[in-house]
Amino acid sequence: MPAPITQIVNVRVLLFASYADRLGLESVRVALPALATVADALDHVRSLPGGQQIPPRPLCAVNLAHAALDTRLTEGDEVAVLPPLAGG
Amino acid sequence: MAFLTQSPIDLGALISGVQSASHGGIASFVGQVRDRHGGRSVERLEYSAYGPMAEEECARIVAEAETRWPVRIALQHRVGRLEIGEVAVAIAAAGAHRAEAFAACRYVIEETKRRVPVWKKEVYQDGTVEWVDPTAEAGSAAVESQSSERSG
Repeated sequence: MPAPITQIVNVRVLLFASYADRLGLESVRVALPALATVADALDHVRSLPGGQQIPPRPLCAVNLAHAALDTRLTEGDEVAVLPPLAGG
Repeated sequence: MAFLTQSPIDLGALISGVQSASHGGIASFVGQVRDRHGGRSVERLEYSAYGPMAEEECARIVAEAETRWPVRIALQHRVGRLEIGEVAVAIAAAGAHRAEAFAACRYVIEETKRRVPVWKKEVYQDGTVEWVDPTAEAGSAAVESQSSERSG
């Protein structure tokens, strides 16, 4: 029996505006287990210093489109955590 | 033409871009920087965006409006530093008749505010700086839209 393959999903998480200010960074690379979701990436970011300032269910996007927290992530995805939008 | 721009927005250019002989009605919306917010005097604003997603989202919104109504839409949103009275967002919607032009114009501004990843940092005259959070001020959102509207 071959050993079980532990797959890792590498994603980049982008932060903006007030969230970027609070964490003092605009992007972070995160390695997540296979089958990880947006919520898992978010959990990681919220565990960083200053990350508790991000609400539990913020707006998020994957690869330039709004995405629900249960969206499955794949290798190389660009995840964005979006503070309340204030355009217009 | 990109939806986001660092340069001043020219509504006339947007209108020219959607005009045609078959379009009898053109509705427009202009949102501009107000001098007061929550009782405080605003000195200027700084708009920032998640540029690549904002472009995609604006394109989706325009495509949706042009699918839903027989219209042509032009949309621009300013980013960077803006002074009081400068145009932050402008929309021109051209249709055969006014009903679809108004409806599509309204749809585009509402969806833009709801979906396009743009953020606004207000610099007040007392020197303080704040990221605007429209979700924390639900009561004032409608007032803001009305007071910045000067469309016909």
